Amino acid sequence: MEKTKYIESPEEKKATRDGFGKALLELGEKDPNVWALSADLSGSTRTEWFANRFPSRFVQAGVAEQNMAGVAAGIASCGKRVFISGFGEFSPGRNWEQIRVSICYNDVPVVVHASHTGITVGPDGASHQILEDIALMRSLPNINLIAPSDILQAKKATHLLYEQNMPGYLRTSREKFPTFSSEETPMELGGSNLFEDGDDVAILACGPMLWQSLLAARNLKSKGISASVVDVYSLKPLDNKMVEEMANKTGLLVTAEEHQVSGGMGSAVAEALTAHKTDAVLRRHGIYNRFCESGSAAELMRKYKLDAAGIEEIVTEEVKKNKG
Amino acid sequence: MAPFHKIQDIKKLKLIANTIRRDVVDMLTEAKSGHSAGSIGLADIFTALYFNVLYHDPENPEWENRDRLVLSNGHVCPVMYAAMANAGYFPKEELRTLRKLGSRLQGHPHRTALPGIENSSGPLGQGISIAVGMALYAKREKKRWRVYCIVSDGEQQEGQVWEALMLASKYKLGNLTVIMDRNNIQIDGFTEEVNPLEPIIAKYQAFGWHVEEIDGHNIQRIIDACNQAKAVYERPTLVLAHTIPGKGIPFMEFLTEWHGKPPSPEQAAEAYKILELDRAGIEEL
Repeated sequence: MEKTKYIESPEEKKATRDGFGKALLELGEKDPNVWALSADLSGSTRTEWFANRFPSRFVQAGVAEQNMAGVAAGIASCGKRVFISGFGEFSPGRNWEQIRVSICYNDVPVVVHASHTGITVGPDGASHQILEDIALMRSLPNINLIAPSDILQAKKATHLLYEQNMPGYLRTSREKFPTFSSEETPMELGGSNLFEDGDDVAILACGPMLWQSLLAARNLKSKGISASVVDVYSLKPLDNKMVEEMANKTGLLVTAEEHQVSGGMGSAVAEALTAHKTDAVLRRHGIYNRFCESGSAAELMRKYKLDAAGIEEIVTEEVKKNKG
Repeated sequence: MAPFHKIQDIKKLKLIANTIRRDVVDMLTEAKSGHSAGSIGLADIFTALYFNVLYHDPENPEWENRDRLVLSNGHVCPVMYAAMANAGYFPKEELRTLRKLGSRLQGHPHRTALPGIENSSGPLGQGISIAVGMALYAKREKKRWRVYCIVSDGEQQEGQVWEALMLASKYKLGNLTVIMDRNNIQIDGFTEEVNPLEPIIAKYQAFGWHVEEIDGHNIQRIIDACNQAKAVYERPTLVLAHTIPGKGIPFMEFLTEWHGKPPSPEQAAEAYKILELDRAGIEEL
């Protein structure tokens, strides 16, 4: 795998949901067939930017996520390209079955955008911190899943899912995180980016955990542990070749995500590993079968060991255990 | 592109409904599973729709200006398949493939399996939302076609239905007609015992809908109610169609046990005899 460049000392911090909002505006400008729906969260999900510019292609569905998914399917079946947005807890949390039948089984081009996912939702607490959405969506046939790691990648991911002209799921975050990628950073279906290249361990991360993993890799280096860091943004289809390559190269994989360790990106990696002949060890790091709590994004990432120090600790532990 | 020829002659329409009933009995007997009562009870409504109400073109199912027919309670799809085959969408021989491996006639309809199916359905409550999406699109883009959505009565227990009704009213979807099969039965018994719907008309009216209440076996009334809906200004219409589950096959009528089972070959033979007699009666009209 070739290494992808990134900005090592990023100056700006922005939210991936803003990347979605900007891309949606661009798509609305470019394609008169693009429509967007919101379930009373147009401001938070950034759908409002589209709604203000293209009111005749915006539908305010109110607090009714199940209906929103169905209405979107109806509009899309008339040849439109539709985006629905909500907090992950409500969409796809509340309307999974409508996404399954009305969108995926119907095979209509609706992209489901979940803007507030994971523990970095923060003070709203456990009810709003969806940690199961990847599991829910990954098991559905006929849909692509992307979890971008910064605002530029989120923009590209929105365009990418639109281009597929089929059901899609975009997982973004509420909180602002460093913009470390550039316009040139690749974003492809079934792709991944190797940002750090090391031989001892490969950290496979997505979303906000990617930047934290890059920071962790720096600290690990000073401890004499050489870590690869891969952005596994394409959760479905997964970059199986990368998984095999990293397993062969390092023999130790650590996944990091703000999701339950059961069913998330780490599980997808585990499934990919079973297809290869390998002795590599996999440690799935994330949230371990529990609900979390209120707090700032930074406090929660610290407590649940999903910040740079936490990831460093987990990786060090695994390296000691397996490469001792 | 010429739309499908609308049949006005009620006698002809009754004969078609009789044929569709026979086809449904045949399909379900052959399939050895499926929903008899609702499918047979809807024969008159599907006849009225496919042979009079709808602008559509069986030779060109994707015709852009066709009216959209969304079936929400997908389990009654045998009657839809039978109406479609009789209208010329596909050869009638294919009806006997219902529910079999490799068939385009899936146990619950699938949009991409068979041209002319507007939506995959099965899980109740989803059809109205899809129909609202279509109608909203048509209204905003000034399309002349209308959206019809068939729903069951038991289905009204799904919360999603009421979300969709609210939005249809908000966007003043005068181009949307929902036809409810009010046959009073659902799998576990009578709707009013399982989880009462009444007063269902008042509920729809409270949600801003215009309501036409009809005998769902009177083909002329079905046609008239659908035409009446076109004259209602900026409000969606509910056609509340009172039907008898299994209508036309006396040993099935009104019995909840016939909701989800097919006739045996012996019962089918009995049904054919009854339908033959009915047919002779219609011919004499």
